[in-house]
Formats: sequence, C-alpha cells, structure tokens
Amino acid sequence: MDQNFWLILLAIIGGAIRVSTPFLFVSLGECITEKSGRINLGHEGSMIMGAMVGYGVSLFTGSAWLGILAAGCIGSLFGLFHGWICGKKGVNDIAMGIALIMLGTGLAFFFGKSLIKPTAPRLDDFSLAWWSSVPQITQAFRINWLFILGIILAVVLHYGFKYSRWGMIVRVAGENEEAGLALGYNVNKIRTISSALGTFLSGIGGAYLSLYYPGSWNEGLSSGQGLMAVALVIFARWKPMQCFVASLLFGGAGALGPALQGAGFSYGYYLFNATPYILTLIIIITSSSKKESGVAPAELEI
Amino acid sequence: MLPMYPAITLKNISKTFGTVKALKHVSLNIEQFSFHALMGENGAGKSTIAKCLMGFYKAEEGEILLGGKEISISNPKDAHKSGIGMVYQHFMLVDNMTVAENLIIARDTIPALLNWRKEKNELEEFMKEMPFQLNLKAFVRDLSAGEKQKLEILKMLYLKCKILILDEPTSVLTPGEADEVLSFLKNLVDRKLLTVIIISHKFREIFGYADAVSVLRKGKYAGGGKVSDFSKAELAELMLGNKVKERNQVRNSQLEAPVKLQLKKIFNEEEAGIPIIDKLSLSVKKGEIYGVAGVSGNGQKRLVEILSGQVKANSGKILIDGREYNPVRKSMKKEQFHCLPEEPMKNACVPEMSVAENMALRYYDHNPFQSKGVVKTKVINRKAEDLIRDFNVKTPTPGTPIKALSGGNVQRAILARELSSEVEILVISNPCFGLDFNAIADIRALIMQVRNRGAAVLLLSEDLDEIIELSDRIGVIFNGSIIYETPVEELSMSILGEKMAGH
Repeated sequence: MDQNFWLILLAIIGGAIRVSTPFLFVSLGECITEKSGRINLGHEGSMIMGAMVGYGVSLFTGSAWLGILAAGCIGSLFGLFHGWICGKKGVNDIAMGIALIMLGTGLAFFFGKSLIKPTAPRLDDFSLAWWSSVPQITQAFRINWLFILGIILAVVLHYGFKYSRWGMIVRVAGENEEAGLALGYNVNKIRTISSALGTFLSGIGGAYLSLYYPGSWNEGLSSGQGLMAVALVIFARWKPMQCFVASLLFGGAGALGPALQGAGFSYGYYLFNATPYILTLIIIITSSSKKESGVAPAELEI
Repeated sequence: MLPMYPAITLKNISKTFGTVKALKHVSLNIEQFSFHALMGENGAGKSTIAKCLMGFYKAEEGEILLGGKEISISNPKDAHKSGIGMVYQHFMLVDNMTVAENLIIARDTIPALLNWRKEKNELEEFMKEMPFQLNLKAFVRDLSAGEKQKLEILKMLYLKCKILILDEPTSVLTPGEADEVLSFLKNLVDRKLLTVIIISHKFREIFGYADAVSVLRKGKYAGGGKVSDFSKAELAELMLGNKVKERNQVRNSQLEAPVKLQLKKIFNEEEAGIPIIDKLSLSVKKGEIYGVAGVSGNGQKRLVEILSGQVKANSGKILIDGREYNPVRKSMKKEQFHCLPEEPMKNACVPEMSVAENMALRYYDHNPFQSKGVVKTKVINRKAEDLIRDFNVKTPTPGTPIKALSGGNVQRAILARELSSEVEILVISNPCFGLDFNAIADIRALIMQVRNRGAAVLLLSEDLDEIIELSDRIGVIFNGSIIYETPVEELSMSILGEKMAGH
C-alpha cells in the first residue's frame, strides 16, 4: 500500500462528510414528504432557491445562520405550493414536482445573477481530529454544525415517526388515505404541511452548498442532488437513520472524483465524477426489481 | 322478560339525493343489547340509514333519539362521542402499522409524544377483557381477513362505542371467518357490552345470530320484528315485495334451441384461498336470455371480466358451440361474441376519443374501414353517422369526445358498436344502471331484438325487475357460483329471495 491510497481514502472520508450534508438534508426532507404519501421531485428547485437566497441573505446580513434560516423558509414556500396544488383534484404530484424544478432553477438564475461575484460570510466549522496534528487529517475531519444538526434530525425523525402523534398521523396519511379520512383527519393538510417541512430541509441543504461547500453561489450548484434524493430515500427504505448512511455513501461517491484528482489522477476524471449518478441508476434498477411488502408507504405511486 | 330499553330510535327519517328519495319517513326502534339486522335489496336505503347515524348525511326530516333523548350528529366524531361506531364494508386499517398502532390512531385524542410502555400496558389490559385476542405487535398486513374485521370491531370497542353499525361485515370473509366474527359480536351482545346493527343480505347470518330484523324496501320501512317470528319465505317476500311480472316485451317463442354458450366450472381467486368465481357453470341457448340474479358483490363483475377477456380464469372452460373459446380479439370476431360491461365509460370506452372512433373500436381494422393498414376515417365517420341515427345516440357530432356524452348516450353508443355487426352471443351487465325511463325502454327493446334474432344473451343485473322482464331463464349467483336455476314461468319470488340470500 502506498501513500497515495491512504491519501485518497482520507480524501474520500473527508469528502463524504462534506458532500453528504446536503444529501442528508434533502433526503430527510424527501423522506418526510414521501411518508405522508406524496412524491415531490421539486426538491431540486427548492434546493437551488435555498442556495441562492441563503447566499444572498448571508451576504446582506453578514450572518450565515440567518442565511440558512431564510433558505429554509423559501424552500418551505415551494413545499407549501406543491402541497396546495397537489391537493386539487387530478393534479399529478410528479408532474408538479418537475414544474417546480424548472421554476426554482429559473428563479434562482434570474435573481442570483448579481450574487456570482461577491463573497458572503461562510458557515463555521471545527475539526473532529483533535487527536492528530497531521494537516491532511485535521482537514479531512473538519465538520460543519449542519452535519451534526442533520444527524440529530435523523434520530429525531426516526423516533418521531413511531413515538409522536405527528409521526403517526403522517404515516396514516401515507399508508391509507381512506382510513385517515374515516378517522377524521384532513389528509390533504397533513401532506401539505409535510411537504412544506420537507422543502424547509432541502432549502437548508441548498444553502449548505453555497455557504459551506463548495461555498459560493453559481448556477450549477445543486447538480441534480434534489433528484438523487428520491433514489436515496428508496435506497434507505424510507428510514431516516438509513438516510444518513445512504447520504454518507452518496457523499463518498461524490468525493471520489475530486479525491482522485487531488491525488494526481487525471485519467477518467469525469467518469469518476459521475459516480453518484451511476449509483443512483443502480439503486433505481435494483430496488424496482423486487417488491417488498410493507416498506414503501402504500399511498405512493412509484 | 326484562323490560327492553331502546338504544336508538329513528323517527320519520327522510333523505333525498337530487330527485331520488332514498328514505321515506322511516321509523325504526333498536333495542339495547340486541343484535339487530337491517335487510333490503340493493338501493333499499340500508346504507343511507347507517350514514345518517354516523353523521355523513343529514336527514332532511325526522329525528334520531339515543336512549330516549334527541341527538344531533353532524360528523363521525360526534357519533363516536355518542357511543356510535361503524365498521365499513372495506377495511379502514393501515396495513403497514401494528395492531397497537392502529388502535392508537383511532383515538380522538393522541398525546403529542407517546409513552409506548404505558400505552402497551393499557392496551394489554383492554385486550384481556375482550373475548378474542390479537397480537398487539403483529402488523395488520399479516392478519387474515377475519382477524382484520375483528380488529375493526375491537377498534370501535376501544373507542368505547356502545352501539356498533356493521355494513355487510362478512362480505370479505370466508364462511368460517364470518361465523367467528359473528359469534364474537354475539358474545359481546350477550354480555351486554354492545348493541349491534348489522346490514346483511344473508339469511344464514340473520337466522343464526340476529334477535330482531327490520326490512327496508325502496326507501320505506317494509316490516320487521323478532327474527323468530319470521320464516325465510316471509322475510324474502317482505324484502322483494310482490313484483308484478312485467313481461310486455314481444318475444318469439323459442323452440328447442341448441346450447350456444357454455361455462364449465369457471374458477377464479383473488389471492390463494379467496375464490371470487367458484366452479361456476351455466349454459345459454340460442335465442334465449339467461338472467343472472344476485346481490351485488357475489362475483358478477368478475364473471363479466372473465368473459370479456379482462381477467383470465384460474381454471374452467368457456365453450361456444362445444368448442373452447379464448376471449381474444380474433376469436371474438370469429364467434361474433359481444359484450357490454357495466360502467361502459370505464370498461369499454376510450373517453378522450370521439364517438365515431369509439364506435369503430370493434371494426376499424377490418375492410372496408382500413386499407393496407391505413384507417379510413371517412368510412368510419359515415358508419358512425348511421349508427348514431339507428340507435338514437344524442351527440353534437360524431367527432365529439365520448366523455362529453350523458350516461344513457354512452350506453347507447357502445351498444350500437356491439350490435353493429351480426351478434351470436351478447354478454351484458347492468345495462340500464342510472338511466332515465326512456333510455331504459330503448335499451331493453334492443336486447330483446337481439334475442329474437337468435343470439344467446347472458344478462347480469342487480335490478330484479329487469331480469324478470327480459329473461327466459334465471340463475341465482351466490358466492361465485350459480346455486339455483329456474324458467321465468315457474318463478316464485319467495324462493328467489331465499336463494339470493344464500339459502
């Protein structure tokens, strides 16, 4: 084993931590939405809007955390819209999601033009590698507070779906609309709120991209992560804790290209950059071939 | 005998839907801790009563008294508060949740955070008092249909319901499971925990379990009392009334005609062990209308799906002139097999396509409607114009999408398509459902014409009047098989009623 191998491995681990955070947020967001019985492909749109608005607010207020909050709020507007429209008779949630991707990217491009140049305050981080003085290691283990927040959120959701009233009601909406109605719940409202909550998270995921890593605003920032989240949630079997594991995996796959480049590999660079997309494809194919009962929420049309 | 208290009294209840009077001054008295059966034909108003009690509908007239006091129920939650619960025909359970979770979510108030240990203890305590046990940790998807139905009942008891309405609770169960569920209910009634109002068509269940019975006919209270005071024949007649045999259709007498269509032991199951069509056999002669009577949900819909080629039977044979018939397009054409399924807009139309195109679906790929693989729109439109005129279809133009037509005109258009060429066999299901008087007369006359021209007609209908008016022979379908056959001339209403109730 030469030193290169360890360098690449370290870069992948570090990359996984950095790259996984937006995956984690957007997949938890999608998980909440899907648990309530709807698919929102529009997370891509709310992510890119979150990235733009988060960056802008951070720039003008000087506080990255205010930027995060604003990103979540603009994201949840998208979710509210999706939930509201999809509650109408005959509206298809998939088509509506695609429309929101286009709306989100379009709006973000339009309003974000002036944000490409300036530098906004970034989110702080700290190193988890207090035990090491090797710069590569301390660098690799630099962790952002959002990463920690994401883990806490995954744990909260994991228990929340089972142990809270809200979690139970969301699951009823996602599993059997008729039963929910017969129990006297407003299934539409539950789904709309879940959808808004979900896009709140994907908005934050987007802001992470512009405010921490890569850490600037440009138009190609989200690069399909909001869409990949759908595959990721399927892979995680709609379990929040597994969303975390899956996010690390996707993060690691996303870090593979840059890590190899950093180690001096130039051959096949673009191919390695495509790893997350290939992973998505593999997951979609393998998960659609076998139908396990009782895993996917029954009201989902997938 | 102990004095009995009324649990629920309905006084003079009337309910109208549009122009249809679903309930006309119905008064009922249901005694406390009784097992009360509500009987009647389809559309007699049984479910409407149940829905008024649950607050889904508001009666325009009359009052509901609970234990002697008038109450007002405007939604299911109000009903629950008054101790009235309902078990629906279909399960209202969440498959991917456990039994315990399903009980918890049914509650009107759920704490924001659940203390599962405490909840489990309480649920176990509750279960101990029940005459039937279910594993609280089991997922509902792993329960049998009988267990699911019991869970529905447990759920209502858990909500502290004292009066339970069940809408055909055994229609999804096997006879064995049905007995289990009914004795479970009977046990609760005997222990004075529950008053049961059960909507049922099945004599076996009513004579086996119920104390009292009320019969509705066409939205009116037709009679009732203690079950032991009735014989099956009396109850059947009460339910069906004295139907005047309206047989004013012109029919040419049938001589000894050969058998045209024969079904041999057709068997079809939804999942293993739950047959929908159970070794059904029947035969239809040339120039004969064979009417299949029965309470809806006994396999009629599936039988049509099998004959029309929408569903493949697990076993059994369809024979035409003694030869095996496989319902694919080619043999349909060859045997001149035609079908008008129920809800033709859903089962026999492409709603977005025009009337002319829908009419052409049977013949567009034959000469002269095509040449060398190219469909000739002009010829198709000309043919459509003829059919529209002959069958009196009211459509703005032949090019209008068929979904814009009224129900009766869709029915006419599809019937026109099916009868546009020679017909040897016609399978027809609920042809007049939801149509107005004139349309009904037209369509029945058309069916009779087809018969008189020598076709074998299999008519399935929930409307007994229609069956009696049109058929030469009647078969009763129950639980997926024909359990009784009779020529119309020898028909006895009381026997027919008993057979339809599965006796």
